[in-house]
Amino acid sequence: MNVAAIARNGWERIVGPRHRSDRRPSADVSHGTILYLEDLTVTFDGFRALNALTLYVDVGELRCIIGPNGAGKTTMMDVITGKTRPDSGSAWFGQNIDLLTLTEPEIAQAGIGRKFQKPTVLEQHTVFENLELAVAGNRSIVHTLFKPLTAEQRTRIDEVLTAIGLADQRHVRAGTLSHGQKQWLEIGMLLMQDPQLLLVDEPVAGMTPQEVERTAELLLSLEGKHSVVVVEHDMDFVRSIAKRVTVLHEGSVLAEGTIDEVQANPKVQEVYLGV
Amino acid sequence: MHLQPLLDVLRRERGTQVFFVLLLIVAVGVPLLHAALPASSPLHISTYTMTLIGKYLTYALLAISVDLVWGYCGILSLGHAAFFALGGYAMGMYLMRQIGPRGVYGHPILPDFMVFLNWKELPWFWYGFDMFWFAALMVVLVPGLLAFVFGWFAFRSRVTGVYLSIITQALTFALMLAFFRNDMGFGGNNGLTDFKEILGFDINASGTRIGLFIASAVFLALGYLACRYITSSRAGRVVQAVRDAESRTRFLGYRVESYKLWVWVFSAVLAGIAGALYVPQVGIINPSEFQPINSIEVVIWVAVGGRGTLYGAVAGAVLVNYAKTYFTAALPEYWLYALGTLFVLVTLFLPRGVVGLVDQARDALAKRRASTPALPTADSTLSSAQRSP
Repeated sequence: MNVAAIARNGWERIVGPRHRSDRRPSADVSHGTILYLEDLTVTFDGFRALNALTLYVDVGELRCIIGPNGAGKTTMMDVITGKTRPDSGSAWFGQNIDLLTLTEPEIAQAGIGRKFQKPTVLEQHTVFENLELAVAGNRSIVHTLFKPLTAEQRTRIDEVLTAIGLADQRHVRAGTLSHGQKQWLEIGMLLMQDPQLLLVDEPVAGMTPQEVERTAELLLSLEGKHSVVVVEHDMDFVRSIAKRVTVLHEGSVLAEGTIDEVQANPKVQEVYLGV
Repeated sequence: MHLQPLLDVLRRERGTQVFFVLLLIVAVGVPLLHAALPASSPLHISTYTMTLIGKYLTYALLAISVDLVWGYCGILSLGHAAFFALGGYAMGMYLMRQIGPRGVYGHPILPDFMVFLNWKELPWFWYGFDMFWFAALMVVLVPGLLAFVFGWFAFRSRVTGVYLSIITQALTFALMLAFFRNDMGFGGNNGLTDFKEILGFDINASGTRIGLFIASAVFLALGYLACRYITSSRAGRVVQAVRDAESRTRFLGYRVESYKLWVWVFSAVLAGIAGALYVPQVGIINPSEFQPINSIEVVIWVAVGGRGTLYGAVAGAVLVNYAKTYFTAALPEYWLYALGTLFVLVTLFLPRGVVGLVDQARDALAKRRASTPALPTADSTLSSAQRSP
């Protein structure tokens, strides 16, 4: 590398790449599949959290993943988002983006958004500011320091505020929202980044029935526009949203199909449904 | 530049308004009372008092630099006095070169301590310091560069919390030991002193002191505006998100390390400027400025004033230093006990510092006055600026 290239490389590591297009190659989904996980194995101190897991998610699909505790659901999410590196296997976003070579922020930039099990909104920031931080766009410090939000970004924030039903709470500090509202805000933050793939971890845990219903509507409204992977324990909720369900057990896929097929599967009944 | 959020803060935030009004009164009033009134008048402000207040102003600038990294970004620096001292040394080197042949030994170029050490020529790193512009550049560059290198390694390795604080403390301690050595070429334990002139003006003349005083006030105002610009921008909200939930912010796609590094470097530069304004007013810079206790004191000023507000840091710096001036004259042996007690009491009873207390009192008063309870519908920029961590 010549001196100029080294300098530019160093500069970009500090302030971020110059053009958005450099940074956000979108996933090539021409074969209709957005996520390819193949033979993923993750070991923690001898414990196989993932054991040769192979899973594909289609474009625009709303997929539910269920499984008992320790089945590897969260570890799978961690691998997709770059938090955990697998011992072996491959993870591709579309046909062109190798997730295992990217860092966490790069994966987020590439178009994978994740909602955590516990709502992790920024409690000291207002609802509006939470969405503002999540808005898609240039994230370099030079940009956020000197450039205001664009009109499109403001419109996008307003749309999402309406979609998640928090338009009236826009200037309320997120820490004061109810549990359900925090979950919606967090989903809203994912939508701000306009991700191609959304990972949603236990969205309805601890919600009231009305909130669960509202959340189901919200997730169903995303189907087709985004590919969504939901990890959930609540079978009624899964039944209300899922077309396809994948059951994980001991780090690999036990069964896959519609909710009725899966529930009728004797292996699944044995390990998970306990019937 | 996107100035609208800053203007909104200036229009709406009471603490900032009070800060600017008081600063304007001090910046105009003190030199006026000093220069316009005869020494016999009871309202006359002596050169000593004016210099003392000028010193507080430079401390206040140091305090807002610490508040920016600690109160807004969550980096507890226990080594900011190092950047302050480095800025001070850069200015001190310029002032030493201005002495010229008027030193005790009368050497045309070498400062006294070098003649004393029997050095024959000027070390290379003293070149250029005879020019003010070069020294001014170094005031910014040296602390900035050190902070950049330090921060580059520390933040990239994801060193955070108490470990980072300890490393910053080690940094200032190491610098203190280095500057104590005579063969480093910075005057050893005596440091740099006996200054004569700055920019051709007699450094002890009343007019020069007024100039330095006003310069301190102007840089404090500019530093405050710059910090407030940062904290009220989108970048400022990213920085506060890093403080509250670092890994969450990383997941949102922000390069957390870069944000920390920039805030850190900017803060170090501000501290360096504060040090450069401090040295000509107090007339000396020596390695004791690198003492770990100095950096800890700055953190106490910010905690006492109220962190994460900027104006609280200014209030804390002035209040604690006024108390220090008073105590070290009246009861010198008890000062450190008083400081320690103050810190414990503030931590226990005033987590938001003195300005938090004022806010509480105002809220209580407003609540009593208002017949209906007020709804929390503050504007986003306002609430982000006023919130405490």
